[in-house]
Amino acid sequence: MKLLNFLRGETFARGIHPPEHKHTAATPIRRLPWADELVVPLAQHIGKPAQAVVRVGQEVVRGQPIAKADGWLSVPHHAPATGVVKAIELRPTARGPWTPSIVIRPHAAATQEDLWGVARDADAMTPDEILQAVWDAGLVGLGGAAFPTHAKLKVPPQAKVHTLVINGCECEPYLTCDHRTMVEEATALVRGIALSMRATGAVRAIVGIEDNKPDAVLAVKAAIAQAGLENVFAEAVPTKYPQGSEKMLIMSLFGVEIPSGQLPVSLGMVMNNVGTMAAIGKLLPAGQGLTERVVTIAGPGVARPGDYRVPLGTPISFVLDWAGAPRDATSACQLVLGGPMMGQAVAALDTPVTKGVSGVLVFRREDMAERDDRRTYPCIKCGQCVESCPMGLNPSALGMLAAKREYDEMGAHYHLGECFECGCCTYVCPSNIPLVQQFRVAKQVLRERAASAPAAPAATRS
Amino acid sequence: MSTTIEIRSAPHIKTQRSVEQIMRNVVGSLLPVCAFFVYQYGVSALASLAVVTAACLATERFFVKTGTQSGTLADWSAVITGILLALSLPPAFPLWMGAVAGIVAIALGKALFGGIGFNVFNPALVGRAFVQAAFPVAIATYTPSFLDGRFTSFVPSTLAWPLMMPADTAAWLQSLHLDGVTGATPLAKWKFEGVAADPLQLLSSLSGHMAVGPSPLLILVCGAYLALRRYLDWRIPAAILGSAGLTAFALYAWNPARFPDPFFMMFSGGLMLGAVYMATDMATSPVTPRGMWVYGGLIGVLTVLIRYYGGLPEGVMYAILIGNAASPLIERFTQPRPFGKSGLLRPRRGATYALHPEYISREEAGATTPKKRMPINKPRK
Repeated sequence: MKLLNFLRGETFARGIHPPEHKHTAATPIRRLPWADELVVPLAQHIGKPAQAVVRVGQEVVRGQPIAKADGWLSVPHHAPATGVVKAIELRPTARGPWTPSIVIRPHAAATQEDLWGVARDADAMTPDEILQAVWDAGLVGLGGAAFPTHAKLKVPPQAKVHTLVINGCECEPYLTCDHRTMVEEATALVRGIALSMRATGAVRAIVGIEDNKPDAVLAVKAAIAQAGLENVFAEAVPTKYPQGSEKMLIMSLFGVEIPSGQLPVSLGMVMNNVGTMAAIGKLLPAGQGLTERVVTIAGPGVARPGDYRVPLGTPISFVLDWAGAPRDATSACQLVLGGPMMGQAVAALDTPVTKGVSGVLVFRREDMAERDDRRTYPCIKCGQCVESCPMGLNPSALGMLAAKREYDEMGAHYHLGECFECGCCTYVCPSNIPLVQQFRVAKQVLRERAASAPAAPAATRS
Repeated sequence: MSTTIEIRSAPHIKTQRSVEQIMRNVVGSLLPVCAFFVYQYGVSALASLAVVTAACLATERFFVKTGTQSGTLADWSAVITGILLALSLPPAFPLWMGAVAGIVAIALGKALFGGIGFNVFNPALVGRAFVQAAFPVAIATYTPSFLDGRFTSFVPSTLAWPLMMPADTAAWLQSLHLDGVTGATPLAKWKFEGVAADPLQLLSSLSGHMAVGPSPLLILVCGAYLALRRYLDWRIPAAILGSAGLTAFALYAWNPARFPDPFFMMFSGGLMLGAVYMATDMATSPVTPRGMWVYGGLIGVLTVLIRYYGGLPEGVMYAILIGNAASPLIERFTQPRPFGKSGLLRPRRGATYALHPEYISREEAGATTPKKRMPINKPRK
């Protein structure tokens, strides 16, 4: 592996290369029809849930704002379809908790065009206007983190941004939505990059694309040349997981490590996902809000896998029926939102597709069997996890401490806080130890202890 | 809506590689070595391999059944212990002593600590260390390889009755009328008679009636296969052979009359088997890459020093056991450096893009006014 990396050019140290399974890479994006009922949760982003500005029974048109942002890290939401607001009530989300949601019943006869937006000259906007427009469009990071884009593009007052890094790596197996976006919407992508550069004051932008997507590299390069931008570059980087991580991609491109505990902005960089940039390039000139996104529907249990343009709020059960996932009692299966390495298992089928969902993967019972039937052994200290951890941690030692519940020791001496839960260690572990799962628990315990810590010393002192 | 969906935590996929698969591959890579060992020494070696491995498996089964240790027979780790133990013993070692070695290896070397993954010392070497102390004469008695009739009759010592002293191999060898053949290994010959064998002959083990163990060349080839498939870490054998070779070379350069050729040191005795298959035992070696270099370096130096200055001709076993004991300590001081914890921002050479020039100037400015705008992250104590 090391030798191979040497031949292919350097990226970051360690990491893994799982089978890619990018079967949908060559299929164009298709549009999914509208479901009978669209559920728009008010919390599709980190930060406070948005506030509904419509009432039950109100007629809405597609693209109309139906919820306004509540606070800096909140974004507005827009009606994904022309129809009527059926209810505003608690609905389950993919992660489990029930959250207030706006339920819209689309009109069957509507043409479902975006009726709300007013086109404007985006190129004439000032940086502040661009940021405001991004916020108004309800944009969050479409790669999966769902961090509000305007907050990311807003440069802190003490910092200066020189370089915009665009993440086109998509290192997770199965996912191809960013790949197809780069191929099909390269013009919008480049336009979004130009607008974001203006908003942040960056003097150059670099699109990092993994070299397993040569057509995307060509498409983006062509779009850059067509737009006549001299300081925007598309760069192929060797394929490796987890290159989609900010720190790893910056290491691959610039050969520097972002100091621990700091953001790329401390090095004068801001990173965004290609899907987000393409959305900016499309929505800002049209003056529209985000009402749909590209989702990869794939996995061994899907009969018609592909990349679909899905209206936000479409229930996952509808998506699965459309893509041909078997739904009989014998094939108990697992549904994953996002990629197989870091994605979230779905708790219920009636949950909707939200802004942060990049993929819906279906694994059948027999696909999971291979992993389930494997025996779990004690750590044999093979060192595979140490060889694969991109953050340079020692998951073997961390795992043994986690088994003994010595969470403080893990945080204090083994740098648990650096772990960003990419799952490489668990992927390679021959003993089948749920390492990253243990680390999640440990981090949660440490967070809770830290939250309750200030009270404890005060009590002992008094 | 009748689908049963399961909720699990990511990652949702895994590699094919499992503990059983690793162990099976190690056993597989040992088969050519075993085959050549049997070809060299005939039925005695075959019986030794079978009996020692069976003793290991039976002991493992006993402790797993009684719940004393974790693991199963199906994990193949006891097979590895058995084969390695048998290969490290003289080919005509009395079978009952071999069985004792196997029982001790698993019982004291593994079950005592809790089974697979928990053992501190390499079980095979624990077994060998035990019989080295218990049966010092038998373990020093090697028979020459490629004897006529090795496939039709056992060496008399092999079939000794339990708890009885084995038959005298030296008298039996003389009865075969082999001129110039003694039972001493090349290391013992060098140590006690001052005669060093030709390293190339040792490496191939194909020359005449030398009393050597399993072929170093074959072990090297099989080990290289394992290292390429990443079933063992190449750093450990490289460090051991490198440091043993360098130490031997330093001493040879200092006094060629007293110390042998470094290649003789590297290819004789059990060094190759120890370096490739025993020191690389995953459970008993450090997991950190830098720790592996330290651990291997320690074993290599110790091996040569024990061979030159110790009372025994062979030193690999004790060197590895000491290395095993030191490995937790080594690991503690060689933890990997986490990403972004260096506090230095020096771009890797050959990076595609440079940091922005204005940023670099800020970093340099930050060096004169430290910890203001660019707080350097110190590793927590």
